[in-house]
Amino acid sequence: MPDLLRHAWLVARKDLQVEFRSRTALTLALVFTALVLVVFEYGRDPTAVPTLDLAPSILWVTFSFAAVLALNRAFHAELENDALEGLLLSPISRSSLFWGKLGANLVFVALVQLTGLALFVLFFDVPVWRVWWPLILVMVLASVGFIAVGTLFSAMVVRTRFAELMLPVLLLPFLLPPLIAAVTVTAKLLGGRPLSEVLGWLRLLAAYDLTFVTLATLLFPATVTE
Amino acid sequence: MLWARDLAHAFGAVQVLDGITFSLDRGQTLVIFGPNGAGKTTLLRVIAGLIRPRRGSAEVKGGRRAIGWIGHQSQLYGQLTVIENLRFWASLYDVPAGTVQERATALIARLGLERQTQQPVRTLSRGQAQRASIARALIHDPAVLLLDEPFTGLDRLAAEELRTLLGELAADGRASVLVTHSVEEGTELATEIAFMRSGRFAAHGPRAGRDAAALAADYRRIMAGA
Amino acid sequence: MTQGSVGRWITAVALVLLAGIYVRALAFTPTELLQGPAQKIFYLHVPSAWSAMLSMGLVGVASILFLFLKDERYDRFASASAEVGTVFSLVMLTTGPLWAKPIWGTWWTWDARLTLTLMLFFLFIGYQLLRSAVSEPGLRARYAAVVGICGLVLLPFIHLSVYLFRTLHPRPIVLKPSAPSLPPVMLVTLLLSFGVFTLLYVGFVTQRYAIGSEPR
Repeated sequence: MPDLLRHAWLVARKDLQVEFRSRTALTLALVFTALVLVVFEYGRDPTAVPTLDLAPSILWVTFSFAAVLALNRAFHAELENDALEGLLLSPISRSSLFWGKLGANLVFVALVQLTGLALFVLFFDVPVWRVWWPLILVMVLASVGFIAVGTLFSAMVVRTRFAELMLPVLLLPFLLPPLIAAVTVTAKLLGGRPLSEVLGWLRLLAAYDLTFVTLATLLFPATVTE
Repeated sequence: MLWARDLAHAFGAVQVLDGITFSLDRGQTLVIFGPNGAGKTTLLRVIAGLIRPRRGSAEVKGGRRAIGWIGHQSQLYGQLTVIENLRFWASLYDVPAGTVQERATALIARLGLERQTQQPVRTLSRGQAQRASIARALIHDPAVLLLDEPFTGLDRLAAEELRTLLGELAADGRASVLVTHSVEEGTELATEIAFMRSGRFAAHGPRAGRDAAALAADYRRIMAGA
Repeated sequence: MTQGSVGRWITAVALVLLAGIYVRALAFTPTELLQGPAQKIFYLHVPSAWSAMLSMGLVGVASILFLFLKDERYDRFASASAEVGTVFSLVMLTTGPLWAKPIWGTWWTWDARLTLTLMLFFLFIGYQLLRSAVSEPGLRARYAAVVGICGLVLLPFIHLSVYLFRTLHPRPIVLKPSAPSLPPVMLVTLLLSFGVFTLLYVGFVTQRYAIGSEPR
């Protein structure tokens, strides 16, 4: 177990190092996030629909798109000089490799989401500070499971034709449960509902995360071993 | 140090390996000659543990830890510098930090990469990248080397230097399997020779002092036969 | 009898029975009071949903078996089941609005079952797209199996989340109960329809599997 985590950390750290040197995917995701928020801001009629009603949807559409953008980069760098082969030749376990990738993806998505949240508060002036920690919690819970499946799929998709198109298509159904839960919870939180009302949803999210992180870890070796 | 017993493998309906058996001791170098499609790369990948063969088995004493792979792709991260790459790959093999620095310095010096140490790999020329890739393969001091057409794209000088290096490594006691389609390039290094065609060894035995010309003649003769 | 012809026979029988169901549904089953004749689409709509889900379930099971046993026949079965499932989901997605419009006044609604089938449809499409994008057969089979298993595990979550979502929101239109208390005559028609659709599934998949097994 300690080896698993240590090796995963090494892989994740390398991923983040590589990404921060080139910054392309990060820039893309951040610019996209800002763009989407601006479009929503100009597209709505403030007199017709109160921001509070739209807020959860806007927030989560932004987060979802940004997450898919972030996922595309996961195995890209590995293909450039066939570094993936090197990773598979090394003594680290397949699970370490997967968890390293997953970890890097989570950090990456977290960065984009936090920035998105900050921009959102700035543009839309929605009272977030009252419920900031449950909100962070639901952001984490709604992302983990989905990112796990996304990491698994990006390992496969990166070697197919139309990789960038394939990933969102495959991921769409997997986005639905966390998205529904996240939007509902966010709406309740921003609307000042008591926490007890969202506990059921949070449990659903936790179950989803646990299930898919486990499943993805188990299935990952099938995508890289022959 | 490494052996293969009755290896057979197929991709779909295509039989790629069809009963390969051999073993190799310390200091021995097996050079496998064969045309494209003979199954040479697949054989190496089975030995390296990347592919599970349909039949038979292969083993390297010491497992993946003891294997160093040199192929046409550098397996390096373009965004990271030479030394950062070396440190990363060494960490996956659990090489202690102090040893890494010593070994890296020695390898960089031996391969003539002192000026490139702090440069990102993507700025290196092809020859420099190839040498950096060799450093990567050797950083964890593997007992076994697997080389997949390592002379591809190298000019005469670089190829000669690589041959000298490989000779030194063999003298140090390493066992190597080198596959190539060019008789001229591999002959000197070999202690054992194999001609591979359609997934089988058409001929296999000690080099017995034959030079490149003699081998080429034998190769033509044997491969022309049924 | 070859596999293909067995499949054709089964499909033929099932189609005849399907015609029988139509007759029964239209002529011998009473018309539902509130919903009128449009309600009879129910006998097509619900069993196709069942067949679509059966298809996905079997894709998932075949995928698991393939990964463990490495027998490519399971992969061929999964592929056949996915294609058939796509067709059934499409039937469900088209009969749904046809039923909904006269009764609910709207073509679509995001209730648990319709959303589930829409996502099922996307899963099937994604599965087929992935298969078509990979040329090497061994790789294709493994990749497809991974997606198939994930898809199977996803289904209960989709159902649960949409169901929870709908029950917590008041609906402006009449909600049809998920386990209707049907008069026996209607229930029998429905059950017969389930049986026929299952038979159709078996027939289609057998034929498709046989085609897939033919040497190229």
